[in-house]
Amino acid sequence: MVRIGCGAGFGGDRLEPAVRLLEDGALDYLVLECLAERTIGLGQKRRLHDPASGYDPLLERRMRPLLPLLKEKGTRIVTNMGSANPLAAGRKIARLAGELGIDITVAVVTGDDVLSVLDPEAPSMEDGRPLSSYGRILSANAYLGADAILPALQSGADVVITGRVADPSLVVAPLAHHFGWDLGDADRIGQGTVVGHLLECAGQITGGYFADPGRKDVPGLADLGFPFADVDADGNCVLSKVAGTGGLITAATVKEQLLYEVTDPTGYVTPDVIADFRSVRIAPLSPDRVEVSGGTGRIWPDTLKVSVGYHAGYVGEGEISYAGANALTRARLAGEALHARLASQFPELRVECLGGDSFRYGFLEGQEPTREYRLRIVGRAQSRETAEEIGREVEALLTNGPAGGGGARKYVQETVGIVSALLSRTKIEAQLTVMRSAS
Amino acid sequence: MSIRLHDIAHCRAGDKGNTSTLSVFAYDPAHYPLLCRELTAEAVKAHLFRNVQGDVTRYEMPNVDALQFVCRQALHSGVTTSLTIDPHGKCLSSELLEMQIPASRV
Repeated sequence: MVRIGCGAGFGGDRLEPAVRLLEDGALDYLVLECLAERTIGLGQKRRLHDPASGYDPLLERRMRPLLPLLKEKGTRIVTNMGSANPLAAGRKIARLAGELGIDITVAVVTGDDVLSVLDPEAPSMEDGRPLSSYGRILSANAYLGADAILPALQSGADVVITGRVADPSLVVAPLAHHFGWDLGDADRIGQGTVVGHLLECAGQITGGYFADPGRKDVPGLADLGFPFADVDADGNCVLSKVAGTGGLITAATVKEQLLYEVTDPTGYVTPDVIADFRSVRIAPLSPDRVEVSGGTGRIWPDTLKVSVGYHAGYVGEGEISYAGANALTRARLAGEALHARLASQFPELRVECLGGDSFRYGFLEGQEPTREYRLRIVGRAQSRETAEEIGREVEALLTNGPAGGGGARKYVQETVGIVSALLSRTKIEAQLTVMRSAS
Repeated sequence: MSIRLHDIAHCRAGDKGNTSTLSVFAYDPAHYPLLCRELTAEAVKAHLFRNVQGDVTRYEMPNVDALQFVCRQALHSGVTTSLTIDPHGKCLSSELLEMQIPASRV
């Protein structure tokens, strides 16, 4: 039996639950999944300005409370916080450990960055258009699998840090390492992938993204605990969480997460396997303990998916509120004025009235007015300066718009678009670098 | 007479590029055949017509009392580039649960 916990399900995830999991979870491995698709593109841009950057911006904050506990608890960390610069992340962790007087080794997995070997004229998986036609390409990272992470675990390192790897592989690799699994054993890797897929979003299996008061109640949501899995040599597992933490694990939370973001439950493709979820069995054992077994798989694909980040310009956005008498009519007038003032500069411009029915209908039409509306306008531009015009015009509504507009806010965000391609495994080679903290 | 899907099922939304995945689960396994009968891919596409522009594929997952709907061109160009207030389409799950199902069949 091996115990693997998940202490982060996305880059901005809460910090405390991982500390609690490491302190009280009796974990063998703590996985931190922190890498969204577009994060690498933004990291790559930072790296161009500063070669020592490009890794997860929260790396130090996340690792600082965890590092001192690793030796004492006998736990190893596996994380993709290396983002666009895993080597710099590894050095950062080694240095941090040194400062804290902790003697550990850090293994860095690289090789996911395939920008130099990817053909920019290759067709995208989305619609077959050449990758270069989407915009200036910023990054190209292949989803590495458990085979790339395994040597890092075999090195004995306390912390394994990667760039882009498939999320479930962060769990499959420790399982394969611990039990000596043959990576070609598709059914076993398929079930291991089920375990990884269930853990990878952390709180989403312990009651996060689940509560619907009156229908699906979640106790102690504010103190949501993160999950761990006790996995046997065949990959069957019991999911649970640290006693005393908030949230819950039930058949329903596990079922929801099993199908989360799965575009084909008969063939869930990762670098490790093509997993089949049709025979997965979910059996509650006792409160907050659920057994999962029965996942199968077919042998891994010959190609790896590559996530390509491209410059998608800047998004400018502004919001302003209208409340009380005639709120809807004033909000609509404000929207019309903004549209008239901005449309010529922004071919892509969107006006919504939040609090009405914005999500479904766009601008509100034929609905009973309520008492408060928030007007939102958003558009895309090629430069930051142009994008800023939107917020300026929203702010200018204070003195140039309808009566009683308040709470104007403005935002500009640089956007990285993501498009995918397939690349032969033969073009991709993972590498391992092991570092030691300077103690 | 009809009842709201929310009364007999729960749903989670996921996203991949410009594709939205909507997983619908019967609270009571006895209601699963009803979901299979009434919640067709066409019915889901019709209910979410303002968002779902492409095809909807339905997978039956009786092992977890679920239907998986894979909705293409459903996120206004996708998570990274959409200008909508909810680029991930997280709200689509509860939106789907507002669907009405003929009550005589429950």
